[in-house]
Formats: sequence, C-alpha cells, structure tokens
Amino acid sequence: MAYQAPPVSASDRPPAALTLRGLTVGPLGPLDLEVAAGEIVCLSGPSGAGKSRLLRAIADLDPHQGRVQLGGDDQQQLAGHRWRAQVMMLPAESQWWFDGVGEHFPASSIDGLAALGLDEAAAGWEVARLSSGEKQRLALLRLLARGPRALLLDEPCANLDRRATERVEALLLAWIRECRLPTLWVSHDPAQIERVADRHLCFEADRLVAAP
Amino acid sequence: MNLIDLSWWQLALAAGLVIALAVASHLARLGVARSLLVAAVRTTVQLALVGFVLEALFSAATVGWVALMAAVMLALAGREVMARQKRPLTGFWSAGLGTFSMFVSSFAVTILTLTVIVGPTPWYAPQYAIPLLGMMLGNTMTGVALGLDRLTDSVWRQRAVIESRLMLGESWQQAVGEARRDAIRSGMIPIVNAMAAAGVVSLPGMMTGQILSGTAPALAVKYQILVMFTITTGTGFGTLVAVVAASRRLFDQRERLRLDRLAAARGQR
Repeated sequence: MAYQAPPVSASDRPPAALTLRGLTVGPLGPLDLEVAAGEIVCLSGPSGAGKSRLLRAIADLDPHQGRVQLGGDDQQQLAGHRWRAQVMMLPAESQWWFDGVGEHFPASSIDGLAALGLDEAAAGWEVARLSSGEKQRLALLRLLARGPRALLLDEPCANLDRRATERVEALLLAWIRECRLPTLWVSHDPAQIERVADRHLCFEADRLVAAP
Repeated sequence: MNLIDLSWWQLALAAGLVIALAVASHLARLGVARSLLVAAVRTTVQLALVGFVLEALFSAATVGWVALMAAVMLALAGREVMARQKRPLTGFWSAGLGTFSMFVSSFAVTILTLTVIVGPTPWYAPQYAIPLLGMMLGNTMTGVALGLDRLTDSVWRQRAVIESRLMLGESWQQAVGEARRDAIRSGMIPIVNAMAAAGVVSLPGMMTGQILSGTAPALAVKYQILVMFTITTGTGFGTLVAVVAASRRLFDQRERLRLDRLAAARGQR
C-alpha cells in the first residue's frame, strides 16, 4: 500500500503521551487513561455511550472536570486554540466553509491525495461537487496538514467503501507510527479495530473497560 | 415663522380618513381594522404625551432633566433591541450588551456633535439635544438589533462549522470571523442605503420638517447631511461594539462555543 511520508514539520516537537486523569464529563467518568506516543487506542460502545463526548472533552470543546496532559503540556495551561492545534479532533461529519477545497488547507498543495485514491487536482475543486466519501478523506488530509501531535478520530471511515477504508487506515497507521502520535480512534467495525488497535476499550456503565 | 397652525378639528379630519380606512378594511374582512385603530390611538396618545414632556423639558432646560430624558430613551431602546432578537443572549447580557453599545456610540456621537459641531448654548439645550439623540438612538437601535440577531442566528446555524474550525486549532476570532463580518454588514446596510437614497428616492423626514417650518432649504440640507453622517457613525460604531462584544460572549475563556448562553428560539415578530 502506497503512502506518503509525513512532512518534517509534523514532527518538529518530541513525541508525547496523552494522559487523562479523573476526566469527568456529564455522567461519564471519572476516567483515567494513558495513551503512549504512537499508540492507537480504539474506543467502541453503543451510540449515545459518550464516545464523541469524551473526544470533545479531550479537545476541550465541552466543559469537563479532571486533567488532560500531552507530555508536559497541561490542557488548562495552554490557550484553547493552542491546545486544539496539538490535540486535533476529526469529527464524524466533516464541515466545509469556503467554496474551494484548496482554501481550507494551510499550504497550496495537498499532501497524501494519491495515497487516499483522490485526484491530484482536488485542491482546485469546489466543495459543492464533493461526494461524502471524498469530503471525509479530504477532511483527514486537512487535519494532518496542520501537523497535530495527538489524534482524536471519530469514526474516520464511516462513509467509506472497503477500498477507501484500507487506504485511510494505511495512511493513518503510517503517519501515527512515523510521528509517534498518541491516538484515540472511535470505531464500530470489529474488523477495523482488529486491524489498527494496539488496545481496545469499550464503554460500560459510563466507564472505560478493556474489551473482552 | 410662517408655519400654518394646525387646530384640533383639522386633525380630526385626518383621523376621519383613518376611520374610513378601518371601516373599509372591516368590510373587506382584512382583519386589520382593530389593530389599525389601536395603533392610531397609540400614535395620538404617545405623541401628545411626548409633546407635553418636551414642552416641560424646554421650559426647565437643566442638565439633570435632559440627562433623565436621555436615560429613559436609552432604556426604551435597549428593551426594543432585546425584543427584536430571535435567540437573545441569556440573563443580563441580552439587554445589557445592546444598551451598552448604544450608550457608547449614540451618546458619544451626540455629545461630540453638540459640543464641537453645532455648539448651541448651553450645549445640552434640549431643543437640539433631544431630537438629535432620538434620531441617533432610533437608527443605532435598528443597526444593533439587526446585527445581534444576525450574529446569534448564524452562529446557531453554523455551529458545526465553527466547532470544526476550533477543532483544527483556529482561534475563536477566526472561527466566528465570517459570521461576525456578516452581522456587522447587515447592521450597517440600512443606513448605507438610506444615505444612498437620500434626496433621490426619499426626502428625509427631518429636512422635510424643517422646510415645512420655514427653514431655507439650503440650511435644512446642511442639517440633514450633518444628521446623516452622525447617524451613520453612531449606527456603525454601535453595531461594531455590540457584535464584537456578543461574539466574545458566545465563547468562554477556553475558546469553546457556548450556545447554552443563547435563549431558546422564539417566533419572529
């Protein structure tokens, strides 16, 4: 499987672990979890269990209690946007606000198009013409282009066929291993979890437990 | 003064026309006859009361009474801004923010106009201060209300987009930037249009009034231009302050979008 090596800028800070201590959000928690640098922890559970809610709290998009740290950086010590520039969340449904695809990217060229089976001319496309699968893959490239240090992925392959799913998994695995990004990956697909997870946790009565 | 005096029986003739319209709309079952008559009575009573208040104010032209009148006008305008919001900010912020921004812009521009440009003696002479402030507040109120309504409504609708931008590490100013610019623009468009149409499509009310009361058209035109400029300045800065402050209020100190700071939608009037 072809993949593009991540740019150097993505790894100009040392790899770090993502740590949750006593994280409480709504009925969830308190949760303790350490995701090592380069480790992929898959989360599963029935819808409404609070998977997205947990990711949103880690990205500091919802009020919550408890500590979240990335290496030596404490979530509450950094300005909100600086924290989220490092701990990036990919929402299940991608959003686009400019007319052109390219305007959403920090650089004029987009890395990784071929690796995800997308046309190299995609930067010049209009958002209105994109299919939901194309949007989802481009949203992933848009996020990676900003060089995050930790990933919170909310069903990154939900709208994709098998072929595209394999490509996305390959790109993500290569990127996560190369940059040693701690990753939380929400998935409903047991086969996908089998393929990508170093650890698999599921929600049970508002707690996270190791999957059987 | 060559203004022809109006007596009460002459007004009664005009009132007869309104009653005729009410009868006609009742016969045509338009369902507006009742509200038409109520509005006509309100106009009569409210304007008559204001007439008494202004006459009293003009005879007792102390700075205290003028300030009290100005404060009452500001409070009423603040209440109106709040009433025009589809999704107002919760708590004190809804009325407070609109009133504060109108106070800052309308009062600053009115006082500047009175002391530096027109220069009546004393500077707070109610014949100048109250009409000027009234025109200023009326227009600033529209701008602030439109701007705030547009801001809260579009942030509500674009919630997913704004949060996506936050997730990518953008600051709250970047994430809400488009909505903020749109809101400020929509607050300023009515006054820009009014300036563009002045004299061509519409004869502004103040100029018409001055000409009717015998002022030379050239002087009335100068006053109208002055008022247009001051109104535009007041509306523009008022809208700017209100929208910027409200957009800040929609995010907390962690730069999270806090839509729980908006009240539930209510029907547009």
